[in-house]
Amino acid sequence: MSAVLRILESGLLTTVQDLGRIGYQHLGVPTSGALDPVSLRAANILVGNAPMEGALEIAYLGPTFMVEADSVNLACAGADVSIEVLHDEAAVNGVRYASMQSFRVQRGQVVRVGQTAGWSLVYLAVEGGFDIKPVLGSVSTYVRGQIGGWQGRALAAGDALPLRRSAAGKRDEFRLEGLDLARPSRFRVVLGPQNTRFSERSIKAFLDGEYTVSPATDRMAMQLDGPKLEHISGHDIVSDAIALGSIQVPGHGQPVVLMADRQTTGGYPKVATVISADLPALGRTRIGDKISFQEASVEEAQQLRRTLLQQIDAIPDRMVPAHRSRDDLTACLLTNNLISGIANAQLAPSME
Amino acid sequence: MTDYNVLAAGDTALIVDFGNQVDLNVSAKVLALAGRLNALKIDGVIETVPTIRSLSIYYEPLTVSAIWLERQVADILEHLEEAPATGRTCDIPVCYDPELAPDLEWVASQRDLDPAQVIELHSSRTYHVYMLGFLPGLAYLGDLPSELVLPRRTTPRSRVPAGSLGIGGKLTCIYPMATPCGWHLIGRSPISLWDASLTSGALLRAGDKVKFNPVSLSEYRRMCSDGVIAAPQAGTSH
Repeated sequence: MSAVLRILESGLLTTVQDLGRIGYQHLGVPTSGALDPVSLRAANILVGNAPMEGALEIAYLGPTFMVEADSVNLACAGADVSIEVLHDEAAVNGVRYASMQSFRVQRGQVVRVGQTAGWSLVYLAVEGGFDIKPVLGSVSTYVRGQIGGWQGRALAAGDALPLRRSAAGKRDEFRLEGLDLARPSRFRVVLGPQNTRFSERSIKAFLDGEYTVSPATDRMAMQLDGPKLEHISGHDIVSDAIALGSIQVPGHGQPVVLMADRQTTGGYPKVATVISADLPALGRTRIGDKISFQEASVEEAQQLRRTLLQQIDAIPDRMVPAHRSRDDLTACLLTNNLISGIANAQLAPSME
Repeated sequence: MTDYNVLAAGDTALIVDFGNQVDLNVSAKVLALAGRLNALKIDGVIETVPTIRSLSIYYEPLTVSAIWLERQVADILEHLEEAPATGRTCDIPVCYDPELAPDLEWVASQRDLDPAQVIELHSSRTYHVYMLGFLPGLAYLGDLPSELVLPRRTTPRSRVPAGSLGIGGKLTCIYPMATPCGWHLIGRSPISLWDASLTSGALLRAGDKVKFNPVSLSEYRRMCSDGVIAAPQAGTSH
């Protein structure tokens, strides 16, 4: 019998995402991928997956699903969220889990992922990953183009998401402690590539002003409401490429930050680009939140990228066994194969 | 010496920009630069995206520096010869029947032409693929005969069917999937320019040549039901 998660309620917008479809933008294919790749990695690491494995990206309100596998090991990371595991479909109350910890669910039990708090997004990873065929090298869902993920679309009630594992492994449960998902006080941007097509006064207003994330925001574009920008010589340019985090300004003068599902090319001037280190935090920012921007140099941005990648590399060090004291940490990490090298040969011969 | 600017699009992309224009000579430079740069297989270059006016280079700054990349670009452009085309030509069947061409009459009336003359003008030349963008597999083709160069619609249509043939400014294209669209629609193609089940997904590549082959409404319908596939041909037959 095949192992699946059977979706009972879809949530608001639940899609399969990994780190994106890389190498096909020259064919017009958007990269897609997790809006918050830091949290995607954290969720995967919590259940022992490779960090780039596909997981469910959950926006605002999570799905409810039944486990139709012997058992599964799950974890959410990103926004705060309450996860309730019910004994069966008829049960009213269940066991509650929080974000940033792994937990085990048995066949027939129902998992209800609630509303996200603090941030918009949370990622749900399953040990072993989903058994979904990659399209152009990725399982990320590009909903507009109906490419990748689960049938090229967001999850819907009735879907049966196939799992690679029919039962959870023997590994222990973990919590993730102290992962810094703080928001930068101002999102940093590198000006350009078309900042010269805006008046200096406009750019100052853009950097000094405060913007509200508009309800029209989606995975393609974060629409902002705030001080308008004035174009110097019209708002049409001959199309050029659109990098992740590009801030384009159409005729209405309000900036639009292009996100994971952005089109590969476009014909509006781009005043600035959000730096790569701040994009995961921007990706998980909620509709209605107020944000502002600050100029950074390319060199500063690259230094901040280095720092972020070091934080990501250190995520496994922040794992704490969920049911043990910290003193047992090292032994536990060794037996669970989280420390490579000698652990493989000497301490974990019985592990798969 | 080629005139260009290297611009930063954040900390992980460089844009080699040749200016705000639709120009076959600029496109030749962009595509030649893309070909030469890709052939170097530089560690840390993630992907390159040629557009009508520029080449975007997406890179990992912790592996390769922007300054070093700029130097490679300068080296290549200094010694750039005529761009090698991809050498591929693709014949694409198009039905210009009024039933599938809602703007054909209007386009003709703008230029005091018969619809038949518009069809003749549009289908009698070989087009250059400037770039793919906006949608998976969408190829921007040019240049249109000057008689067919018109501004875009003031009010875009909210949805046009897959296969729609549009003209806008100096360019023409076939929409690979249903989409909002501000161009004038003068026909429809029965073939699919995008199929994610293919290894590459897209029928065309930047640098390809394209000819439109007029077909009747009944041929169009037969081709739609047969699932005709147009394959680009290597060689110099055109």
